[in-house]
Amino acid sequence: MRVGVISFPGSNCDQDTLSALGALGVEAVPLWYGEKSLAGVDRLVLPGGFSYGDYLRSGALAARAPVMETVERAIRDEAMPVLGICNGFQILCERGLLPGALRPNASGEFLCTWETVRVASVPLGFEGLAAGDLLRMPIAHHEGAFSVEPGGLAPLFQNGQVFLQYSDSVGQVHALTNPNGSVANIAGVSQGSVTGLMPHPERAMADYLGSVDGRKLLRGWLGEGDR
Amino acid sequence: MTFNVVVDVAWKEEILDPAGQSTAKVLQQMGYAADNLRIGKQIRFQLQAPDVAQAETAAREMAQRLLANPVMETYAVRVVAE
Repeated sequence: MRVGVISFPGSNCDQDTLSALGALGVEAVPLWYGEKSLAGVDRLVLPGGFSYGDYLRSGALAARAPVMETVERAIRDEAMPVLGICNGFQILCERGLLPGALRPNASGEFLCTWETVRVASVPLGFEGLAAGDLLRMPIAHHEGAFSVEPGGLAPLFQNGQVFLQYSDSVGQVHALTNPNGSVANIAGVSQGSVTGLMPHPERAMADYLGSVDGRKLLRGWLGEGDR
Repeated sequence: MTFNVVVDVAWKEEILDPAGQSTAKVLQQMGYAADNLRIGKQIRFQLQAPDVAQAETAAREMAQRLLANPVMETYAVRVVAE
């Protein structure tokens, strides 16, 4: 399996993501935002960072980069699995490939913390993850508060598009476990073959990093389950 | 013809604006009775178009497709012939 990791100007988690995927035994190849070719990859990750310096809005300019036309076509025509992490999530929302938008954190602060997220619904194609699973992963963002237009929240739950919610250590989702002001504590959503999340699985790949739950998430996305 | 375009982008009313709240708080600390402060963006550019109607249509499309995010922002477009 070949997984492409797209670098935009200002992406800064691309190398970590390549290394995390490599550690899981898949062939991970770097792709460049200015290219229209996806180099024959089977899946794509849009990594974290600050594409285009977060100018205009986080992810807004990267969402219109040349490569994104090809990405959109691959999703539409081949249902290519695409995972957006942090800034990658913002880019996918800005492109309209995921619902909603990420607005500034309610606290006004850049947050760099460890969080527990609870799997609400398992996105299409994931293996080895179940609703109710808890994952501990770091977040690092300033615009991470998920928001939807009025009336847009209920359909997300009804359609099983809510992937992750910030929770406490036993899986309870409430206001005190909401780090950034996301509506309904939402930390990740999916739409068809596209999934986005604010936490960084690539930073939770080993005990010495503080958690191995990123392995479980990425393996799940790769359709390999938790080996 | 050349038109001057001004696009004002603002958070929707229901969207929290922490930067605006902090700025209002500092103004209050300075002794001003400022409240409900919201920070927006103003984007100005020049546009070539055959007439004002087409310039307005193009500018509104740009605002809708890129300059504002309709999920959380509103925009107002002004077009003035140079």
